[in-house]
Amino acid sequence: MDKVVSSADEAVADIFDGAIVAIGGFFTAGTPTSLIQALARKGCKDLTLVIMTMGPGNPDVLQLVLNGQVKKTISNYPFYRSASQGADCCFEIMVRAELIEVETLPMGTFCEKLRAGGAGLAAFYTPTGVGTVVARGKEIRKFGDRDYLLETAIRPDFALVYAHKGDRMGNLICRKTARNFNPDMAAAAECTIAAVEYLVEPGQLDPDTVHVPGIFVKRVLEVGRPSYVPGL
Amino acid sequence: MATRFKGLSRELMAMRVANELKDGTYVNLGIGIPTLVSDWIEGRDIVLQSEIGMLNTGPLASQENVDQDLINASCQPVTERPGSAYISTADSFGMIRGGRMDVAVLGALQVSEKGDLASWANPERGFPEGVGNIGGSMDLAVGAKRVIATMIHTTTKGEAKIVKNCGYALTAEKCVDLILTDLALIEVTPEGLVLKEIAAGLTAEDVQSVTEPKLIIAPDLCEFRL
Repeated sequence: MDKVVSSADEAVADIFDGAIVAIGGFFTAGTPTSLIQALARKGCKDLTLVIMTMGPGNPDVLQLVLNGQVKKTISNYPFYRSASQGADCCFEIMVRAELIEVETLPMGTFCEKLRAGGAGLAAFYTPTGVGTVVARGKEIRKFGDRDYLLETAIRPDFALVYAHKGDRMGNLICRKTARNFNPDMAAAAECTIAAVEYLVEPGQLDPDTVHVPGIFVKRVLEVGRPSYVPGL
Repeated sequence: MATRFKGLSRELMAMRVANELKDGTYVNLGIGIPTLVSDWIEGRDIVLQSEIGMLNTGPLASQENVDQDLINASCQPVTERPGSAYISTADSFGMIRGGRMDVAVLGALQVSEKGDLASWANPERGFPEGVGNIGGSMDLAVGAKRVIATMIHTTTKGEAKIVKNCGYALTAEKCVDLILTDLALIEVTPEGLVLKEIAAGLTAEDVQSVTEPKLIIAPDLCEFRL
């Protein structure tokens, strides 16, 4: 099984208008920069992005906003922390004008909706968000003496993920905190596209240390080491 | 109009929080004043969890040691130390919701007399209702065994941030155990808010004048233990 593609444009070629696209990375760490750039070149519209944050440390994602490709985001920390830094950010301006819809989730709920999606579960109960705006319109159920909130799984159409190493069969190994959301997004999406720093042959990854088994990955692209500067 | 009192610097607030942490515990530090606490626990037997997916997070990386694959939840380059472990963010929040954090130190916009926490939605930013940077705050507020809320005692306009009922969107209900401001250390109890320590030169009446709910004065009220 050889899942390697030769270019970022080929890797994202079938992403369609209106698709739900999960994008890995926590601020700068573990972001599949080259795949996001290819998505901007492809230009598909009305996208729903499942992504931690829009903007801080990630100009490529903002290009999607500037291109008018984003309809909605499902995020947990969508904006700049500093109000003054965020005031002029194109994404924040469009959200204030209600031109882009944002569904904000607690970070743990965001992760768990992906993990449930990848594990074939429809929903789960979490104590997080009870008594807050996050609970609005959602079922509350008591287990023992505690209230829990029903949250449903997310099954994105595509996931763009980043890993340190990958083999031709799609097995991936992440590195340090660049792992973050990448494995759960890879498992949840219908079609997962992985940008890897190093492409290796099957047999060259220690099977005991694989973070994402190849069954979850449709395409692998070697991108080298993306350069971004940590810090916001 | 409330008087502006002079209290602890942000650094000394962080030092006071550090004194509250016990050896042998797992602790998560939020963004802002809580992040500064790490400067005061060097050498102590405290494991810092970073919700991005790291246990035993080391100090900030020096310029030449920056690794773009190794950041904390505030996007600062950090370092490993002996005994560090990496996990996915989903597993990180599993341990947070699962009650493994002994203490979470969180920044706050408002805390109510019942210990309700509002920390993520600043209405001045003009986003639609329910939209803002929730991040890990709700999971930490709900999941940690003990929640310490840190903030400057009043807004820049001098309004109380310790209030009867939070006006800002909640992070979680009845979750705060201890409030540390630049002016006072206040414990949240079933009977109400107990004023335990105050900044040098202030009286209990001074702190009450910038606090909305009625404070219970601890019998052993004293200056900040630094």
